[in-house]
Amino acid sequence: MLWALTALLAFQLAGEALVAWLQLPAPGPVVGMALLFIALIIRGGAPKALAETSRGLLSHLSLMFVPAGVGVTLHLTVLADSGAVIGVALFVSTLAAIAVTGLAMTWAMRLSKRKGGQE
Amino acid sequence: MSDFTEIWVYLSSSPLLHLTLTLIAYQIGDWAYKRSGGLAVLNPVLLAVAMLVAVLLITDTDYGTFFEGAKFVHFLLGPATVALAIPLYNQLEQVKRSLPALLSSLALGSATGALAAIGIAWALGAGPTVVASIAPKSVTVAIAMGVSAEIGGLPSLTAMLVLLTGITGAMFGPALLHLLCVRDSRAKGLALGAASHGIGTARAVQIDETAGAFSGIAMGLNGLLTAAMLPLIWRWLF
Repeated sequence: MLWALTALLAFQLAGEALVAWLQLPAPGPVVGMALLFIALIIRGGAPKALAETSRGLLSHLSLMFVPAGVGVTLHLTVLADSGAVIGVALFVSTLAAIAVTGLAMTWAMRLSKRKGGQE
Repeated sequence: MSDFTEIWVYLSSSPLLHLTLTLIAYQIGDWAYKRSGGLAVLNPVLLAVAMLVAVLLITDTDYGTFFEGAKFVHFLLGPATVALAIPLYNQLEQVKRSLPALLSSLALGSATGALAAIGIAWALGAGPTVVASIAPKSVTVAIAMGVSAEIGGLPSLTAMLVLLTGITGAMFGPALLHLLCVRDSRAKGLALGAASHGIGTARAVQIDETAGAFSGIAMGLNGLLTAAMLPLIWRWLF
C-alpha cells in the first residue's frame, strides 16, 4: 500500500518535472499517467499491490473534485449576471458532445466489425 | 452561545474541520445517491458541493480557509490521475482494436462540444470574455485554464465552468446514452470522458473497467486535441 502510493507519486513527480523541463502543454499528472502506462507495457503488467491501491483510489475519484467544486463560491456574481446563458450553453453543448461521441463510436465500431468479419 | 462561537472559531483555524466536513458531505451525498437507486439529480459531487457552499455562506467562511483543509483531498487527484494508467493498460487490446473508430469519434465529439458552447453562448448574447471562458470547458481543468488564458477568457471562471460541465455530463450522460441506445461500454466511456473529463471518467469507472479506460483515454486525448486546436479555431472564428 505504502509502496504503491509512493510509486504513483513518483510517476506524478516525473510527469511534473518533464512538463516543466520540456514546457509541455499537458498537466503533470496526465504525463505521469502516460509514463506509468509505458512502464506497464515494458514490465508486462501491474504488481498486485499497485493494482489494488489504484482501484481503491479510483473508486473515490468523484470525492476528489469536491474541493475545487466548492470554488463556485468565488464566482457567484458572474453566475448571477449571466448564469442563464452559461447554464444553457453548458447543458446543451455537453449533452451534444456526449450524444455525438457515443453514437459516432457505436457506428464506427459496427462498421469496422463488418469489415473485419469478411476476412 | 458564546461558547459555541468560541469553539467554532478555534476549530475553523485548523484544517481538520473543513477536511472532515468535506468527507462527511461527500458521504452524505453518496449515501443519498445510492439510496435513491442512482437518481441523476442526486449526483454525489453536486450534493456535496451544495452542502459545503451552504455551510461556507452560513458561517461566513472564505474559500481560502475552507481549502486549507480540503486541499488534502484535492491533492489526491494527482496520484489518482496517474493510477488511470492501470485500467488503460488492462484494456490495451480493446483500445488497439478500436483505435480508428475511437480517434474519429473523439475528434467529432470534441469539435461538437466546443463549437456548440461557443455558438450558443454567442447567440444568447454573452460577452467575448464569457464565451472564451466557456469554449475549453470539456477538458481537464489544468489544460482548460491554460487555453482560456490564451484566447482571452478568465481562467478561474473557466475552472468553475469545467466543473459544472463535468457534473452535468456525469448526471445526465448515462441516461442520455441509454436513451440513444448506446449500449457498448467503450462508446459510453469515450463519450463521458470526451465531454466531461475527470468527473465523467469518475462516473464511467462506476459503469465498468472498460468504460473507465476508454473515458480516461478520451479525457487525455481531448485535452491534447483542445490545447492544440482550439486557439487556432478561435483565431479563425473571431
